[in-house]
Amino acid sequence: MPDLGTYAGSVLSAYGFSLLFLVGIVWASARRARRVARDLADVEAGRHG
Amino acid sequence: MSFWDYANPRKFLATTEPVIPWVFGAAGLCLGVGLVWGFFFTPDDFRQGSTVKIIYLHVPAAMMAINAWVMMLVASLIWLVRRHHVSALAARAAAPVGIVMTLIALFTGAVWGQPMWGTWWAWEPRLTSFLILFLFYMGYVALWEAIADPDTAADLTAVLCMVGSVFAVLSRYAANFWNQGLHQGASLSLDAEQNVADVFWFPLVVCLFGFGLLFVALVLQRTGTEIRLRRAQALRARADRVQA
Repeated sequence: MPDLGTYAGSVLSAYGFSLLFLVGIVWASARRARRVARDLADVEAGRHG
Repeated sequence: MSFWDYANPRKFLATTEPVIPWVFGAAGLCLGVGLVWGFFFTPDDFRQGSTVKIIYLHVPAAMMAINAWVMMLVASLIWLVRRHHVSALAARAAAPVGIVMTLIALFTGAVWGQPMWGTWWAWEPRLTSFLILFLFYMGYVALWEAIADPDTAADLTAVLCMVGSVFAVLSRYAANFWNQGLHQGASLSLDAEQNVADVFWFPLVVCLFGFGLLFVALVLQRTGTEIRLRRAQALRARADRVQA
């Protein structure tokens, strides 16, 4: 771990926030893609509700 | 084969599906290498200290926030001129990714600005135009959600996108236009002037590629999702009509 000195809070919060949001959008997009693909497969199979 | 062949939803899905995991992989690799290199293996700046490490997030995120809007503008214009549904759906798919990029740029800018400028925020041209761009992103997503008819929603959001483009351009060039405010000029430019020292520049370039590839992967994936969602809604509507 590099010595971030007095700015450790700024640097670490920037990385933490950014990685959280990047992982969040990837996860949310993948989850929605799976759900919609499953839904479409159901509709195409005539199982729509 | 023509570029416009990809406006066919089936053709778009068949072409992009096999590519998406590779683009995600390349994005992850570039981001991993660039961020680890930048965070662990670059020195502190003589003036900014360790806060210079924020550049590997702030600059790529800000660049992609603006580029995402430009991509949405191009897709919206294609929709308005040629009425290709895939282009309208691609613009819609890009907006949440642009919001995330804008949020990252705003947050990292604030935590970088506090120790360097002595303030989290200033109502100066570049920061203000970037905040307005963020509000345009929110409005764009809200407008898509608010209108039931998808073609009408695509038309109106395309117009909103054109108006918001003013602020996308301003947030890039505001520092040059007004020549005032706290924010420095662009770190990245096409002129020969080098604004960032090599030791910071090389990992920054890797991060720029990483953010760019991640944007492409997410937009391709989310556009595919929008196409499937639209097809499922159309099939449901057709089945309901048959039953009625």
